[in-house]
Amino acid sequence: MSWWETLRTGLEAVRTHRLRSCLTMLGILIGIAAVILTVGLGEGAQAKVSGQINALGSNLLIVSPGSSTSSSGVRGGFGSASTLTVRDAAALSNKTVAPDIKAVAPTVSTSESLTAGSTNWTTSVVGSQPDWLPVRARTLAAGRFITAADVSSRAAVVVLGTTTAQELFGGASAVGQSVTINSIPFQVIGELTPIGSSSTENQDDTAIVPITTAQTRLIGGSSRSSVSTIYLEAGSSKMLSAAYQEANNELLATHGITLATAADFSIATQQSILSTATSVDKTLTILLAGIAAISLLVGGIGVMNIMLVSVTERIKEIGLRKALGAPPRVIRRQFLVESSVLGFAGGILGVGLGIVGAVLLPKVISQPIAISGLAAAGAIAVAVAIGVVFGVYPASRAARLAPIDALRGD
Amino acid sequence: MTTLSQETLQYGNIAPPVIALEEVRKTYSSGSLSVEALRGVTLSISTGEYVAIMGPSGSGKSTLMHIIGCLDVLTEGRYVLAGEDVSRLSEDALAEIRNRRIGFVFQQFNLLPTLNAWRNVELPLCYAGIARPVRKARSIEALERVGLGDRTEHRPTELSGGQQQRVAVARALVTDPALILADEPTGNLDSASTADVLDLLDELHAAGRTIVLITHEADVAARAGRVARIRDGMLVADASDAAGAEAMARMARNAP
Repeated sequence: MSWWETLRTGLEAVRTHRLRSCLTMLGILIGIAAVILTVGLGEGAQAKVSGQINALGSNLLIVSPGSSTSSSGVRGGFGSASTLTVRDAAALSNKTVAPDIKAVAPTVSTSESLTAGSTNWTTSVVGSQPDWLPVRARTLAAGRFITAADVSSRAAVVVLGTTTAQELFGGASAVGQSVTINSIPFQVIGELTPIGSSSTENQDDTAIVPITTAQTRLIGGSSRSSVSTIYLEAGSSKMLSAAYQEANNELLATHGITLATAADFSIATQQSILSTATSVDKTLTILLAGIAAISLLVGGIGVMNIMLVSVTERIKEIGLRKALGAPPRVIRRQFLVESSVLGFAGGILGVGLGIVGAVLLPKVISQPIAISGLAAAGAIAVAVAIGVVFGVYPASRAARLAPIDALRGD
Repeated sequence: MTTLSQETLQYGNIAPPVIALEEVRKTYSSGSLSVEALRGVTLSISTGEYVAIMGPSGSGKSTLMHIIGCLDVLTEGRYVLAGEDVSRLSEDALAEIRNRRIGFVFQQFNLLPTLNAWRNVELPLCYAGIARPVRKARSIEALERVGLGDRTEHRPTELSGGQQQRVAVARALVTDPALILADEPTGNLDSASTADVLDLLDELHAAGRTIVLITHEADVAARAGRVARIRDGMLVADASDAAGAEAMARMARNAP
C-alpha cells in the first residue's frame, strides 16, 4: 500500500471520528497557539524596545559623567557628578584624536516652565549644539535648528517638540512666536518632527536651546561649563568600537586618569543599552514559552491517549486488515499517519488561532505581537513531530496484534 | 512424508492438492499450562474440492481454520499451501500469503462500516499494491458476480445480512485466490439468506473454486462434496462422497 493510499486511509479515519479528532486536535491547537503567541509577544516587546533605542540615533555612543563623592563620603551613582565639560566635547570633536567619531553633541538639561501668553507648560529644556539634530537622528517639521552663530552669541532662540508646541500654542504655528523661559523671552525658530514616546520619556515634549544660552542664562551657578551628557555618533556601525576606544582614551587623557577602572565617566553603546533593556523580556519570553511547551506536551499525551483508545476500539478492523493481507508495517504506518494528520491539522489550526490572537490581543493589552513565518513553520513541524512521536507506541501496539486475537474481539 | 505422498497419489490423478497438512500439531501454552489444540492432523484438499470441516466447539476446528488460513502458525508438522511450504514463515510473508492465496468469509461478515460495498471489496487489492482504477473495476466485477452489481455504493448498514455476507464473498473472490475459506458463513443469517449464501458457494464450487467451509451445522455441511470431522484435535472421519457426507450429517444430527 503506497504512502498516498495510507494518507487517504488516515484522513478517512480522522474524518470518521470527527468529534474525537477535533478534541484531540484541540490539545495540540491550544499548545501551538500558546507557543506562537508567547514567542510573538516576546519578539514584539523586544522589537518595540529596540525600536525605541534605535530611535535615539544611529551608531550612537552615550557618555555620562561618573559618580561623585561628597565631603561626608557619600558616593552618588553614575551621572551624579559633573565631571564632563564642554572642553571634553571639544576634544572629542578633534578629527586627529578621534577620526572615527563623526559628530559630537554635548547637552545640558534642566526642567523649566515655558510661558506663551497666558499658557504655561513645564518641560525639559535641553541645551545643545547644531550637531544634536543629526546625532539624535531628529528632523525638523518647520523652521530651522540652532546654528553655530546662535551658540556663540548665546542667542535666546528655542526649537520646540511637537507636544510642547501643541500645549503652548494649540494648533497654531509656533515658529516665529515668543516663549518666556525663566523670565527671558525666547524666539521659537523651529519645530521638531514627532517620533513618539519611549518607555521613559516623551521625546516630543522638549525644548532645545543653544548650549551656551542654557549654561549661562538658565542654569547658571558654579558649574557653567559642565555638561550632563555627551552624545557621539560614530562614522558607521563598523567604526563603533574604534570610536568607543578613541573616546575612552581621550577622556581618560584629558581627565588625567591613568587607571581605566578609576574612570570618572562611562560610555554606553546602543547595543549595551539594548541588551540590558531586552534581557528581562527575553527571560520572560523563555519562561512563558516553557509553560506553553508544557501545554503542547500535554496535547501530545492527549494524542497518544486517543490513539491508544482508537487501537483498542478498532481491534476488529485491524484484525480484518491483517487477515486480508496487511503486513505489520502497513498497519503501523496507517496509525502513524493518522496521528501525524492530527498533529498537522492541530498545528495549522493552532497557527491560525495564533495569528488571530496576534491581531486581536494587542488591541486589549497594548503590547505588539510579532509572528514570524519561521516561527509558524517551526510550530507546524513541531506539531507533526508530536503526532509522530506520540503515535509510535499506539501504532506499534496495533501492528503487534495477532490477527486471530484481533478478529475474535467482539 | 510417506503419508503425504500417499495422499498426493490418491488425489494426484484428480488435481494437485491446494492444501496439504501433514501431522500438524498446535500447542497453546500460557504459563505452566499447555493445551494441545491439534494433535496430528493430516489432510489433503485438491483443487476444485468443496470441503466442510465439522466439529463441536472445543474440537480444534477453529484452530485448524486459523492454521489453514495462515492466521496462526503451527507448532509441529508441515503445511503446504498451493505448492508453497508455509509452515514456518515470518509474519510479513504470512500476510502476503493470506493476501494472494486465501479469500476469507467470516461469520461476523467483518465489513468496515465506514466504507461502501466496493471500497470494502477492494481492501485486499489495496494491500496487493494494485492501482486504484483497476481495483475499482475488479471490485465492481466481483460484486456483479455475487449479484450485487446495483449495490456497489451502499454502505454495510444499508444492506441486509445476506447481502453483507455476499459483499464479503465478493471480497474473498476479488484477488482470485487459490482457496476460499469460510468460517461459519451462515452462523449469523436467517434461513433465506443462508440458502442465498450457500447457493452462491455452490455456484463458485461449480465454477471450479476450492472452498473450505467450517461449520457445526449438519445441513450446511451437507452441501459440501466432502466432510471432514474433527474431535479433540484429531480428524475422526473424512467422507469424500456425497452419501458419506449425508451419513456424516445424520451422525452429527443424532450426536448428543
